[in-house]
Amino acid sequence: MSTSKGMTSIARKFLMALSGFFLLSFLLLHSTLNMLSVFAPDMFNIASHFMGTNPLIQFAMQPVLAFGVIFHLAMGLYLEFQNQKARNVKYAMNNPGENASWMSRNMYITGIMILLFLGLHFYDFWIPELVTKFGNGDMSGLINPADETSGYRYMAELRHKFHDPIRTGLYVIAFVFLALHLLHGFQSAFQSVGFRHNKYTPIIKKLGNIYAIVIPGMFVIIALFHFFNA
Amino acid sequence: MDLTLKIWRQKNKDDKGGMETFQISDVSPDSSFLEMLDLLNEDLVNKGEVPVAFDHDCREGICGMCSLYINGEAHGPDRAVTTCQLHMRKFKDGDTIFVEPWRAKAFPVIKDLVVDRGAFDRIMEAGGFVSVNTSGNTQDANALPIPKVDADNAFDAATCIGCGACVATCKNASAMLFVSAKVSQLALLPQGQVEAKRRAIHMVEQMDHEGFGNCTNTGACEVECPKGISLDNIARMNREYLSAAIVSED
Repeated sequence: MSTSKGMTSIARKFLMALSGFFLLSFLLLHSTLNMLSVFAPDMFNIASHFMGTNPLIQFAMQPVLAFGVIFHLAMGLYLEFQNQKARNVKYAMNNPGENASWMSRNMYITGIMILLFLGLHFYDFWIPELVTKFGNGDMSGLINPADETSGYRYMAELRHKFHDPIRTGLYVIAFVFLALHLLHGFQSAFQSVGFRHNKYTPIIKKLGNIYAIVIPGMFVIIALFHFFNA
Repeated sequence: MDLTLKIWRQKNKDDKGGMETFQISDVSPDSSFLEMLDLLNEDLVNKGEVPVAFDHDCREGICGMCSLYINGEAHGPDRAVTTCQLHMRKFKDGDTIFVEPWRAKAFPVIKDLVVDRGAFDRIMEAGGFVSVNTSGNTQDANALPIPKVDADNAFDAATCIGCGACVATCKNASAMLFVSAKVSQLALLPQGQVEAKRRAIHMVEQMDHEGFGNCTNTGACEVECPKGISLDNIARMNREYLSAAIVSED
């Protein structure tokens, strides 16, 4: 997609949209699996163990996911940097709310808030998981590796984390920012890849609004459910 | 109407510039915004002061010369009009009105409220045309059958007057609505197909070269456009560019 003059703004936006689509599919999977912790704790344990120990997911899908997140973030910051440069003198009086939604104008703010949340989320779950599996060499997934009857640890860890009201509050706030990001990002990705149609675009916008409310809403329900049932 | 005007004054492109406050009285609600500025300038000339420089030409909303960011909106608070069609009845007696030039790195201020929109001309020169034989044997365009919907959409895109309101209002100072209208008006017609790939690539490259920002699909440009150019054109240009860039041998 690049030409002799390098990658253009449209090509960058296209790649931004592609990484966005990938992350949308990941969020759907992540939220669905996490909902198992509310309705079917045993299934959640089994699914978590599978996701955490399957070589294909660990060494093929996870690096792709990490690349997708980093690419989306880095490209988003680069585009925002370019956009800031494109208007070197600001208006003394500006009314951007008259013609565009807050979500569409502040994707970098909601994106940075999601990034900060990811730091907390990695600190809470991902880093301890790496330490357990690759630091301590414990791939059993059991509460007590020496006792096969102790059961899987994933559900217990989840409940323990959401025992903390401050952590639960931060997660809920982060999911609100995620919803705001998705309210614009979902339909914007379709426009960036050139998909706009009189018949289907209104459906995509409605679908995007549903996705942006339902998926973060599921995460909020999960956090609050485990806080109140810890 | 008695008004307070806060207007951007800048001697030349190298001057730092700043907002200046003016009082103006007895403005008719039926006068246009540009006529109100004419009154102000007459007053300034009578006082021996330098009048405020601003762009204007046809004053009928079709030339695209007038600009002005008025009270935080391109072409002022009205919709689907240029500044020359904006009437003072849209304001109230005693109002304070901010008047600023288009703000974009690619549109440098020349003087006061006048900006250099030459970047648009250079984008057009990069590919916004159809090469035709003008030897006298040019085929009649009406000889080619064109679906009514395509002809209408091409005409809608061609109503873009290149005023730059899309750039001025976009939070990223993106020129995507203008460029996409100019790509679309030809891409939709059979006469534009021969040079379609070259056109999309060269115009987008020139747009980036001029220093416009990236489109983040806020839709502000469509709302503020005096000619109602649709975001459909931006999606079409994305398709035109992406399909051209994939097969491009440049």
